[in-house]
Amino acid sequence: MILHQLIDFETLRVIWWGLLGVLLIGFALTDGFDMGVGALLPFVARTDVERRVAINTIGPVWEGNQVWFILGGGAIFAAWPPLYAVSFSGFYLAMFLVLAALILRPVAFTYRSKRIDPRWREAWDWALFVGGAVPALIFGVAVGNVLQGVPFRLTEDLMPLYEGSFIGLLNPFALLCGLTSVAMLVMHGGAWLSLKASGPVALRARRYGEGAALVAVAGYAFAGVWLAVGIDSFAFAGPVATDGPSNPLLSEVLHGGSWLNAYAERPWIAIAPLLGFAGALLAWAGLRAGREVSTLLASKLAIFGMISSVGLTMFPFILPSTVDPASSLTVWDSSSSHLTLFVMLVATVVFMPLILMYTAWMLGLFAAAIFAVMSAMWLEMQEDDLLFAKSGQTAKGKADDV
Amino acid sequence: MYHFLFVPLTLGLSIIIAIMETVYVMTGRPIWRQMTKFWGSLFGINFVLGVATGITMEFQFGMNWSYYSHYVGDIFGAPLAIEGLMAFFLEATFVGLFFFGWDKLSRVGHLVVTWLVAVGSNFSALWILIANGWMQNPVGSQFNPMTMRMEMTSFFDVMFNEVAQAKFVHTVSAGYVTAAVFVLGVSAWYLLKDRHVELARRSIAVAASFGLASALSVVVLGDESGYSVTHSQKMKLAAIEAMWDTEPAPAAFTAFGFPDQEARETHYAIHIPFAMGLIGTRSLTQQIPGINELEQQAEERIRSGILAYDALMTLRSEKEAAPEAVKATFERHSADLGFALLLKRYIDDPREASEEQIVKAAYDTVPRVWPLFWAFRIMVGLGFAFIGVMAYFFYRASFCGMRFPRAALWLAVVTIPAPWIAAELGWFVAEYGRQPWTVDGVLPTALSVSHLSIGEVAFTLAGFVLFYSVLFIIEMGLMLKYIRKGPYFDVSETTAWMEERAARNPRSGTAAQPAE
Ligand code: HDD
Ligand code: HEM
Ligand code: HEM
Repeated sequence: MILHQLIDFETLRVIWWGLLGVLLIGFALTDGFDMGVGALLPFVARTDVERRVAINTIGPVWEGNQVWFILGGGAIFAAWPPLYAVSFSGFYLAMFLVLAALILRPVAFTYRSKRIDPRWREAWDWALFVGGAVPALIFGVAVGNVLQGVPFRLTEDLMPLYEGSFIGLLNPFALLCGLTSVAMLVMHGGAWLSLKASGPVALRARRYGEGAALVAVAGYAFAGVWLAVGIDSFAFAGPVATDGPSNPLLSEVLHGGSWLNAYAERPWIAIAPLLGFAGALLAWAGLRAGREVSTLLASKLAIFGMISSVGLTMFPFILPSTVDPASSLTVWDSSSSHLTLFVMLVATVVFMPLILMYTAWMLGLFAAAIFAVMSAMWLEMQEDDLLFAKSGQTAKGKADDV
Repeated sequence: MYHFLFVPLTLGLSIIIAIMETVYVMTGRPIWRQMTKFWGSLFGINFVLGVATGITMEFQFGMNWSYYSHYVGDIFGAPLAIEGLMAFFLEATFVGLFFFGWDKLSRVGHLVVTWLVAVGSNFSALWILIANGWMQNPVGSQFNPMTMRMEMTSFFDVMFNEVAQAKFVHTVSAGYVTAAVFVLGVSAWYLLKDRHVELARRSIAVAASFGLASALSVVVLGDESGYSVTHSQKMKLAAIEAMWDTEPAPAAFTAFGFPDQEARETHYAIHIPFAMGLIGTRSLTQQIPGINELEQQAEERIRSGILAYDALMTLRSEKEAAPEAVKATFERHSADLGFALLLKRYIDDPREASEEQIVKAAYDTVPRVWPLFWAFRIMVGLGFAFIGVMAYFFYRASFCGMRFPRAALWLAVVTIPAPWIAAELGWFVAEYGRQPWTVDGVLPTALSVSHLSIGEVAFTLAGFVLFYSVLFIIEMGLMLKYIRKGPYFDVSETTAWMEERAARNPRSGTAAQPAE
C-alpha cells in the first residue's frame, strides 16, 4: 500500500499524540462524572432512596462512558506499543488496583438493585465508592510519576525492565497529583448531580462539589509551583529525526532543567493551565450560585485544561526514564509503524463521528426525560420502601430498576 | 479463561432476544415482549460480568505480556482498538437503551436498538478473533531490525486472514449454540415445574430452530477450522491426531486411542482409513506430515534462524553501514528468526547454542499430545450431541404439537453446562496446541512475558482468582434467583391477552400450541 504515504510519518505521530490526549480527556469528561458520583455516593446520599436517585442519574450512561477507558487502552496498544508495554508492566500493582476497582463498578451498578436486603445494597454502594475513588486517585498518582520520570530501562532487544517499586510510586508529589485528580472528578460529579438529581441529594452534591473545586484549584496551583522549582525535566541532547524508526535507544536524552521551559519556547500552551484555573473557579462559583448547566460546562473546561496542560508541558516526551534517560519514550520514537498509524487514523475518522452522534442522541433522549423519570421514580421507590419495611423482603411484584 | 465463560452466552443470547423482539414487533403479541424482557434480564446479569472480565483482558497484555506487546503491538493492537471503536461503543451505548428505553422509544426504534446490541457483540468477536487469528497465523507482517519488532505490511492480509475468518464463524456459532442450549434448558425446567408454560414453549421453539442451525454450523465450520489449521499449524494438527509418523496419503483418522509421548506411539488406536487425509487436505494425494517429521523441520529452521540472528546482530551494530551480503542473509533467513528465539530459554545468545540445545529446542515445538487429543475429541463429540438434541426438540416442537416427554426435558436441563465445556476445550486446543509459541513461528511464549517478581504475579493472580470466584458465585446466585422468579415484566398485560385469546378460540389456550 502506498496510500498511507499521503500523510507523512511525523504528522501522523503528532495526530496520534493528540488523539491520545483526546481519548484521555474524553474518558475524564464522561466517565469522570460517573467516578465522581461514585466517590460522592456515601456522602451525598444517605438513605436507600437517595442513593437510587444518585445512581439512576448515571444508570443508563456509565457503560458507554467506560468504553472511553477501554478504547484508551486499545489506542495506546495500537498507536504507542512501547508505552503500553512499559507503563502497564511497570505500574503493575497500581494497574491491578485500578482494574479491580473498575471490575467492581459495572457489577455493582447492575447487581445492586437485584436484591432488597439492605446489607447487600450497602456492600455494593461501597463497591461503587471504591470504583470511583480508587481509579481517580491512581490516575493522578500515575501522572505525578510520569512528570518526575519513571525508573525503567530498555535492553538492547527493547525488552522493558522496571526497577522501581509500588511504594516508590507513592511519593509526595505524586500523592499531591492524586489528590488533585480526585478533587477534580468529585467537582465534576458534584456538578453532574446538581444538574441531574433533585432534592437533598442535589443540595449536598453542590456543597461537596464546592469544596472539591477549591481543593482542585489549590492542588493544581501547588503542583505547578512544585513542578517549577522541585522537579527536573527531560530534553533531547541533540537534534532528532522526527520520522525515524520507533526505537527509543537511538536518541540521547538529558535529565535536568525545568519543565516550565516549555512555556518559554511555546508560550501559547499557557492557555491550557489558564483554562484549568478559570474552569475550576467558574465551577466553584456556579455550584455556589446553583447555576446548573453552565457549571457542568465549566467543570468540563477545567478538566480539559488541567489534563492537556500536562501533555503540552511534556511534549514531545511521553514517558521519561530516570534510571536510563536514553530509554525515555517520546512522540518521535515510540509510535507504531507508519502504516498502522494510518490505518488506525482511517478507522477513527470513520467511527468517531458516528460514536459521537449516537452518544449525543442517547444523552439527549435521557436529558429530556430525566426529570419526569426522576419524579416518577421517587414515588415508585417510596412505595417500594414501604413494601420493603412491611414485609422485610420477599420478591416484589413489579420491575426493579435494572 | 475467565472472560470466555460469559462471552458465548452474550453472543448468542443477544441474537435470540433480538429474534424474539422481532416477532413481537411483527405480531404485536405481548407475550413476545415479555419473553424479550425476561431473557433480557438474564442477559444483563451475564453481560455485565463479560464486560468486567473483558476490561482485564484489554490491559493484561501490557501488564503480563510486555515484551509481547512491544514485539507485535504494531499489528495486534490495531484490531483491538478498532474493536473498541466499532463494537464496544455500539453495544455499550445501546445496552443502556435496551434496558432503560422501553417507554422512550417506538417499538421499531427499540427493536433497532436491540439488534444494534447484537451486532455490536458480534463485531467485537470478529475483531478480537482477527487479533487472535493473527497469533495463530501471522500474515501481513515483517520483522523490522531497526525497531526490533514485527511491523504490519498489509492490513488487508491481517483482516482477511483465513484462520481468523474460520475462527470467527466457528466461535460465534459456538456462542449461538451455548445460548440456544441455555434457553432450551431453562424453558424445559419451567415445563417440568409446570410454570410459565406459554413463555417456555415459545422459547423452546425459538431456541430449537436457532440452535439446530447453529449446531450444524458449529460442526461444519469447525471442520473449516481444522482445514485451515492444516496449512497454517501442521504441528497442532499432528498433535490433535496423535499422528507420530507421516503416513502415505490419504492418512487414516484416529478415532480413539491412548497417545504415549515417551514411546511416540498411540496405543489401542482405532483408525478410520482415509478419513484424516480427506478432512485435512480435501484431497487423496496430499500428505499430512507427522510429528516426527515436523520436529526434524523445526530443527532445520532453528539452524536457519541462527543465521538470521547473527545477521541481525551485525545489522544492529553497524546500522546503515552493514554490508549488503549481511542484509541479504537476513532477508533470506528472517522468516526463521523466531525459531532461533526458542533457544533463548537455554542460552542468552542463540549463536552459541550447542547441538544438544538445538535438539532440545526442536523437541520443545512438540506439544503434549494426549490433552490435545482428548480435548479435541470431547469437543467434537459434544458438537454432534448438540445437533442430536436440537434436531429432536426442533422435530417435537414443529411436528408433534410441542409435547415433550419428561425424560427429554430433563436431558435438556442437564445439557446446560455442556456447551461451556466444549467451548473451553476448544480454546484449550487452539491455545495449548500453539505452545511453545505465543505468535506461531514468531515469538516463543517464554520470551513474551513481563519481567515481574513471582510475588507480584502470584499476588495479582490470587487476587483475580479470588475476586472472580466471588463474583461468579454471586452471578450464579442471581441467575438462579431470577430464573426461579420467572418472568415478572408486563405480567398483567400478558395474562389479559392470553385470556382474551383463550375466550376467542377455546381450542388453543394453555394446551397444545404450534410455534408462533
Ligand atoms: C468470541 C468472542 C470474544 C473473545 C475471544 C473475546 N471477547 Fe471480549 N467480549 C466479547 C467477545 C469476545 C463480547 C461478547 O462482545 C463481550 C462480552 C460482554 C460484552 O460486553 O461484550 C466482550 C466484552 C469485552 C470487553 C468489555 C467491553 C465493554 O465494556 O462493552 C473488553 C474490554 C474485552 N471484551 C476485551 C477482550 C480481549 C482483550 C480479549 C482477548 C484476549 C477478548 N475480549 C476476547
Ligand atoms: C464436530 C464438531 C467440531 C469440530 C470439527 C471442531 C473443530 C475445531 C478445531 C479444529 C479447532 C481448533 C482451531 C485452531 O486450533 O485454530 C476448534 C476450536 C474451537 N472450538 Fe470447535 N469443533 C467442533 C465443535 C465445537 C463445539 C460444539 C463448540 C462449542 C460449543 C466448539 C468451540 C470451539 C472454540 C470456542 C474453539 C476455539 C476458537 C477457535 O480456535 O476457533 N467447537 N474447533
Ligand atoms: C478469550 C480468549 C482466550 C482464551 C479463552 C484463551 C484460553 C487459553 C487456554 C485454555 C490456554 C491453555 C493454558 C495452559 O494449559 O497452558 C491458554 C494459554 C495461553 N494463552 Fe490464551 N486464550 C485466549 C486469548 C489469548 C490471547 C489473546 C493471548 C495473547 C497474549 C493468549 C496467550 C496465551 C498464552 C501465552 C498461553 C500460554 C500460557 C501458559 O502456557 O501458561 N491467549 N489460553
